[in-house]
Amino acid sequence: MGILEVKGVNKRFGGLQALGDVNLSVAENTVHAIIGPNGAGKSTLLNCLVGKLIPDTGSVMFQGQSVLGRKPFEINQMGISRVFQTPEIFGDLSVLENVMIACFAKRDGAFKLRAFSEALRDKEVMERAEQMLSDVNMIDKRGMHAASMSRGDKRRLEMAMCLSQDPKLLLLDEPTAGMARADTNNTIDLLKEIKQKRDITMCIIEHDMHVVFSLADRITVLAQGTPLVEDLPENIKGNPKVREAYLGESAGH
Amino acid sequence: MFGLDRKDASLLIVVAALTLLAPFILNPFPEGSSLAQFNAGYPDLMQRFVIFGIFAIGFNILFGLTGYLSFGHAAFLGVGSYSAVWMFKLLSMNVIPAIILAVIVSGLFAVVIGYVSLRRSGIYFSILTLAFAQMSFALAYSVLTPITNGETGLQITLNDPRILGVSQTAQGGIPVTNIFGLEMRSTYQLDVGPWLFQFNAGYYLCAAIMLVAFYVAIRIFRSPFGLTLRAVKSNQQRLNYTGMNAKPYTLAAFVISGMYAGLAGGLMASMDPLAGAERMQWTASGEVVLMTILGGAGTLIGPILGAGFIKYFENIFSKINDNVLHGWFSFLPDGLENFIVGILHPFIGKGWHLTLGILFMLVVIFLPGGLVEGGQRIARWMKRGKASKSSQNTNPAE
Repeated sequence: MGILEVKGVNKRFGGLQALGDVNLSVAENTVHAIIGPNGAGKSTLLNCLVGKLIPDTGSVMFQGQSVLGRKPFEINQMGISRVFQTPEIFGDLSVLENVMIACFAKRDGAFKLRAFSEALRDKEVMERAEQMLSDVNMIDKRGMHAASMSRGDKRRLEMAMCLSQDPKLLLLDEPTAGMARADTNNTIDLLKEIKQKRDITMCIIEHDMHVVFSLADRITVLAQGTPLVEDLPENIKGNPKVREAYLGESAGH
Repeated sequence: MFGLDRKDASLLIVVAALTLLAPFILNPFPEGSSLAQFNAGYPDLMQRFVIFGIFAIGFNILFGLTGYLSFGHAAFLGVGSYSAVWMFKLLSMNVIPAIILAVIVSGLFAVVIGYVSLRRSGIYFSILTLAFAQMSFALAYSVLTPITNGETGLQITLNDPRILGVSQTAQGGIPVTNIFGLEMRSTYQLDVGPWLFQFNAGYYLCAAIMLVAFYVAIRIFRSPFGLTLRAVKSNQQRLNYTGMNAKPYTLAAFVISGMYAGLAGGLMASMDPLAGAERMQWTASGEVVLMTILGGAGTLIGPILGAGFIKYFENIFSKINDNVLHGWFSFLPDGLENFIVGILHPFIGKGWHLTLGILFMLVVIFLPGGLVEGGQRIARWMKRGKASKSSQNTNPAE
């Protein structure tokens, strides 16, 4: 039984079958990559996991509890954090405040009205946020306006926000999309480091094969909304079905 | 001090000093001098400064922090006024119960309007609040006449069934609003040479309440709640995926700002026990938007500056007429004098809205952060000029 169990998930958009009978099991403390050509349904699947979309049929269980019908903030409170394709951060806030928000959400839950205490004097949250920024080597940028940072730093900050909540499952939607080689390698190193330091399960959706094969313990290949194969990385490389899905029919033969 | 850091505490002290000394500061010109018409230190106007200051401070908690632009906040102002006047009619001429009821009723009203309006964001939210406010205006103006007295407005009469107090004074007049016997209209006049300073009980009550309201606003700005509201404005999607439910936070901000508006409405009725439907009209809602943006949305002091600026313009600038202009330019040859007065004519007196509009445009285009940003730029420019590191920090926004 994996930490995340997806069973028989279908999703249609009008006439388009975006997901057809998807089954997926993500084992605890592994890095599971989901790859596939454009339009394979990777993002649709991810959106079904975080509450943005609700599948037409099927079930999505996280630690034995269904996530279907829950709002994104409820799913986050269950222990699933999400990193977006383009870093989503609070651009108008400082770097430290960004992480503080995540810490408040973790400690105080989805809603707690604390209108009369001073945020900056909350020792517990401050210490945790600063510790987290040190962990990702951003403590010297704590007072910076988040929007003014480079894309790589924004990604790093977004990751720090997610990790400060100690998620059980981290979902990453193409974390290196549009990055230069150096930034991509930095991200890979960061993710490896995170994996080493914590008990965390990661589910990565990725285009870049270099990233996938550097990180993944297991790979699922999606094509036209259906899982084609699920296997260890070394077996995926040589699989003719995968080559066919990526390169078209003629290349397979 | 009071749990504020040094910068916020000094800001609060400066505002407190300015409001307490306002009767002096706003009356710099001797009586009878040609500039005496620019004196704003008379009770009625000073009361309006601080009451609209409260209104704008509250509006800024919603608009400045969450970015939700309400075009219907005057509805709460009106509800507050009506509640207060009813309290005067039924219970007592003491302003304290009236103000308390005004805050409670407008808060309840805000829960309902906010709950429905906050189902949408952006322009749709603005339109929903506008629709609610116009519905409230229509209700007050005609449908609910038994409660609001329609277009005449709700007033104190000689036969109100006042439980604590009398329906008429011994002289047969209408009793006046007071706080434990101290009449709101009582004014102490101080003559210093040609100057006349007026210290009005009502003004000082409003000023004290505004200082409390301002203090609460500072605390909210610095709290985890305030931080979350700024996060709502910055990136609501990220907030949802970070595990916070944005809805109750925005609703709380909406209700708090509605209660501020109700407080302002209650104070208005306490100074002059009268409530009319026009107080709820969309122009009144638009005015508080102008005040907040002109002063600097999202800054602490901005809304107060904006409220003061607009009320000063409305009451003082509008008094300048052609005769005054002729007086100013009388040193010029006749033809030129008439020419200049002719050019300026549309912008003065009743045309003060035109000047205000131009100023508003200039501020929005060149100082998107409002008057506060203007002040910061001047401060920075002077600092660079002096190049002394000991110069004080005039950055109240952050």
